[in-house]
Amino acid sequence: MLKNDIADTIREKALWMRRRAFKMVFDAQLGHPGGDFSAIDIIATLYFGVMRYDPKKPDMPDRDRFIMSKGHATGALYTALCAAGYYPEDWLSTYMQPQSKLNGHPNRNYLPGVETNTGPLGHGLPVALGIAIAGHMTNSDYRTFVLTGDGELQEGSNWEAAMSAGNRKLGKFTLIVDRNRLQQGMGTEETNGLDPLDDKFRAFGWDVEVIDGHDVDALVSALSEQPGGRSKPLCIIANTIKGKGVSFMENKASWHHGVPNAEQFKIAMEELV
Amino acid sequence: MAAPAAKQEGFYDCRDAWARTIEELAENDPRIVAVVNDSVGSSKLGGFQKKFPDRLVNVGIAEQNMVGVGAGLANGGRIPFVSAASCFLTGRALEQVKADIAYAGFNVKLVGQSSGVAYGELGPTHHSIEDFAWLRPLNNIMVVVPADSWETAEAVKWAAVHEGPVYIRLSRMPVPDLAVENRRFQPGKAELVRKGNDVTIIACGTMVHLAVKAAEELEAEGISARILNMATITPLDEAAISEAASETGAIVTVEEANIHGGLGGAVAEHTSAHLPVPIERMGFPGFVPTGSVEWLFDHFGLTAEGIARSARKAIGRKRG
Repeated sequence: MLKNDIADTIREKALWMRRRAFKMVFDAQLGHPGGDFSAIDIIATLYFGVMRYDPKKPDMPDRDRFIMSKGHATGALYTALCAAGYYPEDWLSTYMQPQSKLNGHPNRNYLPGVETNTGPLGHGLPVALGIAIAGHMTNSDYRTFVLTGDGELQEGSNWEAAMSAGNRKLGKFTLIVDRNRLQQGMGTEETNGLDPLDDKFRAFGWDVEVIDGHDVDALVSALSEQPGGRSKPLCIIANTIKGKGVSFMENKASWHHGVPNAEQFKIAMEELV
Repeated sequence: MAAPAAKQEGFYDCRDAWARTIEELAENDPRIVAVVNDSVGSSKLGGFQKKFPDRLVNVGIAEQNMVGVGAGLANGGRIPFVSAASCFLTGRALEQVKADIAYAGFNVKLVGQSSGVAYGELGPTHHSIEDFAWLRPLNNIMVVVPADSWETAEAVKWAAVHEGPVYIRLSRMPVPDLAVENRRFQPGKAELVRKGNDVTIIACGTMVHLAVKAAEELEAEGISARILNMATITPLDEAAISEAASETGAIVTVEEANIHGGLGGAVAEHTSAHLPVPIERMGFPGFVPTGSVEWLFDHFGLTAEGIARSARKAIGRKRG
């Protein structure tokens, strides 16, 4: 595929994911749509422009791995895995219903394509690090991607893993921080400030790139393997907008786990085109 | 007061059996890797590190990361043995053990070293007497407590081929090998160490050999004590407990752990629902005072004499 075609495909998938995720949240009257929308362009770029995987062989040893550390943003993850072909769309309609495979936080034993169970914050980066170390040990060429929220980086376990990854010089390990600057109640900087986040990761031995997390071309470029590879893990700080794509949701902390009423849902569907 | 166990002839530190076995297994299976938290020495993994430097992941003093890395290594097709002092492995990283290992169901083996009160005078921060109560409700993780060097080696060999999460709880307290004929390690099954009809002493880990001595003492008084080595705490061998309750009518549980929520709690949960009999639960009631391991065992009655005393008490509580 030509570069422009890839970007168009990603944008198309991302639009479908936003619409479908919001429908899931509307139907369930549960979910975390603000964080779904800040992360969707990143996840769509990974699944439809960057990663190597085969939905028919979810356990393929040399698959690229994506770990959704911000496990609450299931609207983004479940729609991505569905669009990638891991399961049919009607599964999405069961979101958070009794006995559904689509739990409020992802479970690898319920759904193909889920690499590990997340939900409690600060778990994804250590697990992803273990996956990257396994790849390094076995000279596999798979890449490991992990997406964390930004507020999530207040959990100390992330920094244990960040230190270890930096020391190990894992060139096939990529962390993307969904830097929407809002946690569930208020801004990250008002709560327990993270800036300067780029300097923090550099000091821990990482390469750092700061990009617009909704610019698909920038995402494709940052997430694609560099010629010759890397000698350090890569942290991509993706500046994003919580609730991106729906006017009344953008940059509102209340949409962390806010759910739409019928009128809001209708407006959102009119805007997401 | 007995001399420090470390100097007793015929007593062995189970960590040596663990280290020997993991090295042998790793020779034959390249998927086996070790993960530690700056605990190469206390896990006796110096030999492993020398033989397989690329298969030992030392994350430093970072237990949450250590357990998460274990889960990730399993995702990447390795068979990780995550080895650390059990107080930190289970306490500091409890949420990782719950979410990343038990709930996610990764094929990770957690090896808790120097468990119980093995760190003696270092105090309750370094004791691991709460681990049974913490891990028992995590229903997807098997909790195995070898009683001696032979059982340690067998448990490690079994864990390497068993698909699923396992916690193996080891001590650094030297113990003698149990004298049981035709032994075969059966995960999830109690081992009958000694037959008896008047009372059953259900013990695990470092307490089993003391229970045997207690039974010898009781025998001299004409009391026949059955000894069960309950090397697997979860899943529990409920059939063996039911049999013990119905055939001997009284039970003593002995564990180098907190009496709340551990082996004794598990046995009491089962018997209370099926066949209530008098139970004496032996262990520690909570945080313990400063003292050596030997002093602590003595102070809390975790001796042959103390166990025999509890057995007489349990028998005395039988109805009719």
